[in-house]
Amino acid sequence: MKMKPFAVIFSLAVMLFAIAPAFGAGGGNLQHANINIRDTAATQRGAKLFVNYCMSCHSAGYMRYQRLVDDLGLSEEAVMNNLVFSDAKIGETMDASMRPEDAEKWLGKAPPDLSVISRSRGADWLYTYLLTFYQDESGGWNNQALPNASMPHVMWQMQGIQKPVYATDAEGHEAVDHLVLHQAGLQTPEEYENTVRDLVTFLEYLGEPAQVKRKNVGVWVLLFLAFFTMIAYLLKADYWRDVH
Amino acid sequence: MAKPDNTSEKSSNALLAWFDARLPVTAFWNNVMTGYYAPKNFNFWYYLGSLALMVLVMQILSGIFLTMHYKPDAEMAFASVEYIMRDVEWGWFIRYLHSTGASFFFIVVYLHMFRALLYGSHRAPRELVWIFGMLIYLALMAEAFMGYVLPWGQMSYWGAQVIINLFGAIPAIGEPLTEWIRGDFFISDATLNRFFALHVIALPLAILGLVMMHLVALRENGSNNPDGIEIKANKDENGIPVDGIPFHPYYTVKDIFGAGFFLMIFAFVIFFWPEAGGLFLEHDNFIPANPLVTPEHIKPVWYFTPYYAILKAVPDKLMGVILMGVSVAILFFLPWLDRSPAKSIRYKGTWYKILLGLFTIAFVRLGMLGMAEGTPAQTIEMRIWTFVYFAFFILMYFISPGGKTKPVPERLTH
Repeated sequence: MKMKPFAVIFSLAVMLFAIAPAFGAGGGNLQHANINIRDTAATQRGAKLFVNYCMSCHSAGYMRYQRLVDDLGLSEEAVMNNLVFSDAKIGETMDASMRPEDAEKWLGKAPPDLSVISRSRGADWLYTYLLTFYQDESGGWNNQALPNASMPHVMWQMQGIQKPVYATDAEGHEAVDHLVLHQAGLQTPEEYENTVRDLVTFLEYLGEPAQVKRKNVGVWVLLFLAFFTMIAYLLKADYWRDVH
Repeated sequence: MAKPDNTSEKSSNALLAWFDARLPVTAFWNNVMTGYYAPKNFNFWYYLGSLALMVLVMQILSGIFLTMHYKPDAEMAFASVEYIMRDVEWGWFIRYLHSTGASFFFIVVYLHMFRALLYGSHRAPRELVWIFGMLIYLALMAEAFMGYVLPWGQMSYWGAQVIINLFGAIPAIGEPLTEWIRGDFFISDATLNRFFALHVIALPLAILGLVMMHLVALRENGSNNPDGIEIKANKDENGIPVDGIPFHPYYTVKDIFGAGFFLMIFAFVIFFWPEAGGLFLEHDNFIPANPLVTPEHIKPVWYFTPYYAILKAVPDKLMGVILMGVSVAILFFLPWLDRSPAKSIRYKGTWYKILLGLFTIAFVRLGMLGMAEGTPAQTIEMRIWTFVYFAFFILMYFISPGGKTKPVPERLTH
């Protein structure tokens, strides 16, 4: 029963990795967003989409505009001119145009704050959600990833209008099987997928603005620790030479 | 330049002498470090004690910095954590250090406890070392539970709701007891405030005190070792154990290497995988606490799930709570349940390897089932592993006195 230390650590790591995927956000058949958080241009385009299409109703109340200057390579002037539509100052948070009290009155429930939505839902869910809006028989908007979502399809002019094709499942329930493009939008399906990918890249960044810095710093920390551990090992080996 | 060196050495000796005349500095150092002889055959499992101490120190230091920015207020708690993640310089690092540290504390402690099962470190004369260790473990569970409530996300809120309601199963005093714990009729600002007080002051103090007792009791008889034999039984003419080596410098330099290796894994998670796929930081905890919306699937954090599975395996709530309590409490009796003449697994028969193997699988599997959705098939499996969990203790009591052993050597094997 003498287990080698590396075998123990390795089996623990395998166990952890084996357990972890079971707890991914969302579920069902999600499409892969395939975002690249280091693609600053995509994050910038996503920021523009976010302030134009999302922030009428949704806020990002934990995020300050200044952060966009610090992280996305934009000048303060560019942010103020292109991304700030309210009278907010650069150091203020990204609040929705709609006041929460009004939103509650008009919509029944204030739209959720999107600061950390990517951390609770995950990028793949957001990507799938934004691609699967459709118009049902009543002419209202619905969504395949979040059935009976109260949010309308705000980007429908770009995507066009999708209609559902129903199928009966094994238990005899009729459900949306897939969606077909009923009326073309301003963008081709590929272009729209890229648009959504840009927006999801921004949402992912928004969920944890420090993440690129975190990974960059992490490389140096690990290099230092590897060096430190090697020196510590040599020191140990030297001291232990006389132990038999 | 030899002269100044000499004088500085002389003056530092004089300074030490000044202190020694007033405080037993050198005597203490000799007693616990250079004059303390530890067995020379420590393996991987013997890094974990020093690592647990290091994680404890890191948790206290990172915790101090978090309290500088965190607001224990139901209206502000969630936002203050995001403030730390975004607006506080290196706040994200301090927060991940603390959240990852909590999970690693349990990883280290579980492995540390498993070491005792491997080599019989809890057996006489070290029963009190084990008892103090178990008390640390209990305090740590309370500490972790209350800490998890502080970010005030959905899982903080509803996890606390489920766990505190367990006390409601106690007949007669259950309901008033839950109200007394919460300080309100439901989890509220009052609950958050008192949990903050307990998390940052009461429990850390208790843990520090218990760790001190754990170490004092350990030093009294000295560490056990992978062979499970007493090195003090073989002393040379100076009264020094022949198989012992001074803790300092031998084990201090070895533990520095162990700390470096551990920190590499720890840093990897902090910098590249802080959520650990939803195990260390749960996805639902990034939704602010909402008393009106119950999350689809409430589960405690991974380090509690083995016991949670035992709770869920029992159909009756009160019986489940009792069985869960017993599953933790029974660990206290381990030193007296193992009655084998050999301490270490190396000299116990196959029977112990099978028992311990099954127990380990049961504990890990219960942990996995405790965080699963809870299908009927999973409930049956939870019952089977709950049975195996308890069978380990009962069978050990009866098998160990007569169970086969190999001859235990006089001296350490190397």
